[in-house]
Amino acid sequence: MTPSSTTTSSPTASNPADPMQPGARRQKRHGRGNDGGDALIRPGHTSTSYTQLARQLVTTLPQAVAKLDPRHVWHSPVMFVVWVGSVVTTVQAVADPSWFAWTLSIWLWATVLFANMAEAVAEGRGKAQAATLRASRRTTTAERRLPDGSLETVAASDLTIGDVVVVRPNEVIPGDGDVIEGMATVDESAITGESAPVIRESGGDRSAVTGGTTVLSDGITVRITTRPGETFIDRMIALVEGASRQKTPNEIALTILLTVLTIIFLLAVMAMQPMAVYSGQAQSPVVLVALLVCLIPTTIGALLSAIGIAGMDRLVQHNVLAMSGRAVEAAGDVSTLLLDKTGTITYGNRRATQLLAAPGLGNEEVTRAAYVSSLADETPEGRSIVELAAAALDSPTREALDRLPRDGATFVEFTAATRMSGADLPDGTAYRKGAADSVARWVTSHGGEMPSGVVTEVDGIASSGGTPLAVAVQEPGRAPRVLGVIHLKDVVKPGMKERFAQLRAMGIRTVMITGDNPLTAKSIAAEAGVDDFLAEATPEDKMALIKQEQLGGRLVAMTGDGTNDAPALAQSDVGVAMNTGTMAAKEAANMVDLDSDPTKLIDIVSIGKQLLITRGALTTFSIANDIAKYFAIIPAMFVILFPGLDALNIIGLASPKSAIVSAVIFNALIIIALIPLSLKGVRYRAAGSTALLRRNLLVYGLGGIVAPFIGIKLIDLVVSHLPL
Amino acid sequence: MTSTLSSFVKQSWAGLRAMLVLTVLLGVLYPAVVWGVGQAVARDQAAGSLVSVDGSVVGSYLVGQQWTGAQWFWGRPSASGYAGDTSGGSNLSGTALTDEVARRASTARLDPATAPADALTASGSGLDPHVSQAYAVSQVPRVAAARGLAESQVAALVDAHVQGRVAGFLGQPRVNVLELNLALAALSGRSAG
Amino acid sequence: MSDTVSGLLTIAVLVAALAAVHVPLGSWMAKVFTDTRHWRVERLVYRLVRVDPASEQRWVTYAVAVLAFSVVGIVLLFLLIVFQSVLPLARGASMNVDTAVNTAVSFVTNTNWQSYAGEAGTSPFVQTVGLTVQNFVSPAVGLAVAIALVRGLARSSGTDLGNFWVDLVRGLFRVIVPLALVGAVVLLLGGVIQNLTAPTTVTTLSGGHQVLQGGLVASQEAIKELGTNGGGYFNANSAHPFENPNAVTNLVEVFLLLVIPFSLPRTYGVMVGDRRQGWTVLGFMASLWALMLTAVTWSEVHAAAGPLGALEGKEVRFGVWPSALFATSTTATSTGAVNSMHESFSALGGGGALFSMMLGELSPGGVGTGLYSALVVAILTVFIAGLMVGRTPELLGKQIGRREITLTALTVLVMPLLVLVFTGIGIVAPLVTSQMLATGPHGLTEVMYAYTSAANNNGSAFAGFSADTPYTNLTLALCMFVGRFAPIVLVLALAGSLVAQRRRPVTAGTLPTHSPTFVGLFVGVAVVVGGLTFFPALALGPLAEALS
Repeated sequence: MTPSSTTTSSPTASNPADPMQPGARRQKRHGRGNDGGDALIRPGHTSTSYTQLARQLVTTLPQAVAKLDPRHVWHSPVMFVVWVGSVVTTVQAVADPSWFAWTLSIWLWATVLFANMAEAVAEGRGKAQAATLRASRRTTTAERRLPDGSLETVAASDLTIGDVVVVRPNEVIPGDGDVIEGMATVDESAITGESAPVIRESGGDRSAVTGGTTVLSDGITVRITTRPGETFIDRMIALVEGASRQKTPNEIALTILLTVLTIIFLLAVMAMQPMAVYSGQAQSPVVLVALLVCLIPTTIGALLSAIGIAGMDRLVQHNVLAMSGRAVEAAGDVSTLLLDKTGTITYGNRRATQLLAAPGLGNEEVTRAAYVSSLADETPEGRSIVELAAAALDSPTREALDRLPRDGATFVEFTAATRMSGADLPDGTAYRKGAADSVARWVTSHGGEMPSGVVTEVDGIASSGGTPLAVAVQEPGRAPRVLGVIHLKDVVKPGMKERFAQLRAMGIRTVMITGDNPLTAKSIAAEAGVDDFLAEATPEDKMALIKQEQLGGRLVAMTGDGTNDAPALAQSDVGVAMNTGTMAAKEAANMVDLDSDPTKLIDIVSIGKQLLITRGALTTFSIANDIAKYFAIIPAMFVILFPGLDALNIIGLASPKSAIVSAVIFNALIIIALIPLSLKGVRYRAAGSTALLRRNLLVYGLGGIVAPFIGIKLIDLVVSHLPL
Repeated sequence: MTSTLSSFVKQSWAGLRAMLVLTVLLGVLYPAVVWGVGQAVARDQAAGSLVSVDGSVVGSYLVGQQWTGAQWFWGRPSASGYAGDTSGGSNLSGTALTDEVARRASTARLDPATAPADALTASGSGLDPHVSQAYAVSQVPRVAAARGLAESQVAALVDAHVQGRVAGFLGQPRVNVLELNLALAALSGRSAG
Repeated sequence: MSDTVSGLLTIAVLVAALAAVHVPLGSWMAKVFTDTRHWRVERLVYRLVRVDPASEQRWVTYAVAVLAFSVVGIVLLFLLIVFQSVLPLARGASMNVDTAVNTAVSFVTNTNWQSYAGEAGTSPFVQTVGLTVQNFVSPAVGLAVAIALVRGLARSSGTDLGNFWVDLVRGLFRVIVPLALVGAVVLLLGGVIQNLTAPTTVTTLSGGHQVLQGGLVASQEAIKELGTNGGGYFNANSAHPFENPNAVTNLVEVFLLLVIPFSLPRTYGVMVGDRRQGWTVLGFMASLWALMLTAVTWSEVHAAAGPLGALEGKEVRFGVWPSALFATSTTATSTGAVNSMHESFSALGGGGALFSMMLGELSPGGVGTGLYSALVVAILTVFIAGLMVGRTPELLGKQIGRREITLTALTVLVMPLLVLVFTGIGIVAPLVTSQMLATGPHGLTEVMYAYTSAANNNGSAFAGFSADTPYTNLTLALCMFVGRFAPIVLVLALAGSLVAQRRRPVTAGTLPTHSPTFVGLFVGVAVVVGGLTFFPALALGPLAEALS
């Protein structure tokens, strides 16, 4: 039942080969953190052990004590009942002192304290991070450009929307804004933790700069787009601190349910007293309070807010900032995921994957021709052809070919007009490579012809979604010949198919968005294993797709970075903006991914689900616990009156008093024991929901029934030696 | 709020009209139809499965009676004394029931340890027309002695009046006391005659 | 044949009959409540009542109509009872004012708790014109509310839940009345009386006198069971030979009281367009019923082997098994009719009947009330289960958010609140304790049984408790009223909230609410919530009695 003491890296079972795998990334950042200076690193964050937890608990003790203020406890109705019970018990213990009454009151107060500690530990993590962020936000002045072009020095806090400031190298950008003049490298490690500088330039999708980041080279002019105190970094601080934390819809719903359960148990215990009086054995208030506290769902009541805070925190660990908890919950419900093809599903460049010789010709000749004709082609496609061909040639041949330029060969550069590149050798031999139709035109215009076998190959590649290039040669005095075909295609990143299969198991449909023609799109979609695709997509198409999905009642998640993505990001239920993107995109989205990694959505969905599962599992556990507590306490209360009720004392607790004390102690300690689980979250596995339900029911339902029997018995073995 | 109130008043009038219409249909027409069917196809049952001797009604096969005198087969103890205008059980339980059973045993001069369960327990209706075969059989010596009949004769009579489970499996095997006593009276009359 | 074989065969025949009937009846009811045409007689009624059958109602209007109709019903019935001495067929029946209040509330709320003895308290005129009419309309009201909730789940992005008057009239004319007519004739043929004869005194063979009662019993008996009402024509209720003359009528009566509640899951499945959902609810109801039947039967059979046997309060013609079957079914359906005296059951047998009610009348519950109570528990289950698979909980594509869970939780709260508060007060109030027949734990069970029966609109009793005092009559009436109408208003509000939602499509991530795992959890939630709520009380009542 107890959670394992070490945490694993990621909530999803990630493919280790996947460079985007979050665990790997975090480890990398972690290493840097140990060198110091990384804003987001909190020591021990990813490997919670019990010693570390114990240290955290001790350090949060003062806060936890401060949170005993009833005005704070009131926010959790369940814990408020425990608080009132503790007061009642303490008054009783003072009025009529006994070991029993004092032991109970101490443990009841401990129950409230433990709940506060759980919350404080969860909050503490965010607070540490906020402090680091705050430290990075030290800029106090800005150079504001006046309408006449002159500059004045003003406090950064006086800047308003529309002000234009000039930022020089090694200066801190005073506020969020867009670059309107110039280009600079900017160190954004204060926000992203990424030390490699990024380029920011006016115009386009890389114009946004964030206050608190530092210009490294060159100067830029920035138009301020946010009010002081509302900058991105300010909001980030507020978020990680939990200052702006509001209960999420689902959390409110659960709180209502827990409150009603508490009322029912309150009634059950209150009605018990007259029945006990009638039966001839009135119970002391201390015992009734003990019973009540054991019955009401204190475990989940104590950990509920910690679970929520920790959920947001886990997102931060994945370098995602959620602007609201609502979005995190919604992420768990996402049923349609829109992913841009380029950069997310594929590497984004078409690469040569195959060289096909024309019918009747050898591979050697086409490989040489492809190599020579691409030597001067600096496009990524060209480079990939050289790489592919080089691998197939032996080194003497390659070296001979590499000498060609020195031997007087001239190269024909690729142009949009000719759509061909090539090389003319000194002996008059001309190699050409390019779009199949261009090459065909070149061949026929020089008296050659396109063999039908090549045409078939070209069509085959095109219909498979690839891009066919033809390679031809014209030897002096002869008609050009087509040597073969190069197959270019967009390469899907490794591991994507597995990830999409995982998403499918989670019940999420993936739609690939691409500007490609439908044929290409279809082929890549099939290769990557996405469920659907939107080809030749315009921003309007994207928007229409989102609306259509939502009309069908589906929740849509998407990522985006450009300004033209902003409306779609705003429309989607979970919109994740890349941190490299424009301010408009970040404003429209409800999450910002600091790593600008589009596959992060998968982790976000997992975290959303994990958040709900943790709540559900601990609620089930909490209620299932009651069964054992009844069997411990009820016989203890009435065994003198009805000796037969001892039959219900099935775990053989030593005495009525030790039974009651043991149940209360168990009830308090289980909170501490479950803090790591509530911070880490219940493991989420992409499995069918019924299988998931069965597993969690078994672990937290059945476990919740059995665990307290064992726990209470063990505590009783100790407690029975106390002079109660 | 006022709209809800006026809506309530409006719906109440509809409710009143509905109640009146439904009362005519369900409170008058429906029982009348069932009554009519009863008169047509089940007159005897509708009237209460009455038993007449020499033209006068002496009871109903369905309703148990109080039998006084050793010469009759007795029914079960009754919390309402088989009055007929009241019905119901003793509602006793626990020690109160134990005491009551002991009292019934001493009244009927039965040994609680060996007496059939139905001989010492009262029915739920207080009008149970049946006893178990065992209880009927246990009364044979007393009845035979009181009537001066051979025990075998009376025992055969009891045997003839044991009703098995309905359709072989529903309910319990049982003896209808009124039927048995009617046959007993007839037998005595024949022997006397 | 042993009693065990006979008992098991009886149950088998009952289950087979229910299994055969629930599909056609359930589908028929779905058709009835989705039909766009009106029968001629229905149109006549709408004209007389002056309602427009074509107009639909939002949840508030629907709830107002239910309340208005019921309040009018209570007032009319109260007046009928109070003035029965000047109405036809008076025959000396009379009732106190507080008893009349209790009785009026009792029959309108489908409880049919009787603080009076059936024979003496009400005249044949009141029995027929007052009580029989309420026996018809009160289940029809429950049915209408259940259908409104189902529409809330079935419809997408709407505002209206249907028209209460249409649902009421159709439920009566197309479902309840035809079935009642068939049931009444079958019972009549089986020996249940149907006459207008005045009580006559006859001289018995052994020279004693006995009063033989008459009455329009068969017509009332059929609807008493079919409508899960339970108010007996006679004090002994279905133990009385004129109400339940033999083992066949007994089985017919058990069948009648279970048939509509067990058919409604089918109606639900058909109406929401996913029959598997109906199977889930049916599986849930049947599991709980089987569970309670096993517990009560085991306890009674066990007691039968004891020194006193188990026949106190039971009829010889039925025996132990059919009595346990009737007791379980009547407490599981909010009927409250009895063919044996529950108070004289063994401690755990009577406790089982009590717990059957404490589960909240959902196994299968009363006509309509069973379905809507089960759906409320389903929503609670979906909430927990949904969280455990990482989705915002939803039932049939309707999200269970803040408003839905609030209404659900409050619905669940009503019954325990009434039972615990009034039992708690009653057990130390001399006004109440002086009316108890038993002492010790059994006395506590008596009082607890009374308030549980009232708050659940069941109507059965540990009849040793003399409830005919002003305090008990009025507090029980309060429990019956609140226990009936607070959940109805909350459930209609829930339906209103659900009907406004768009139905979300089912994806692989949606938690299927028709898997055996879900049914298991569904049953678990009902048992655990009921058990945890009432365990302390049960420990001091039936458990203490059984273990001493």
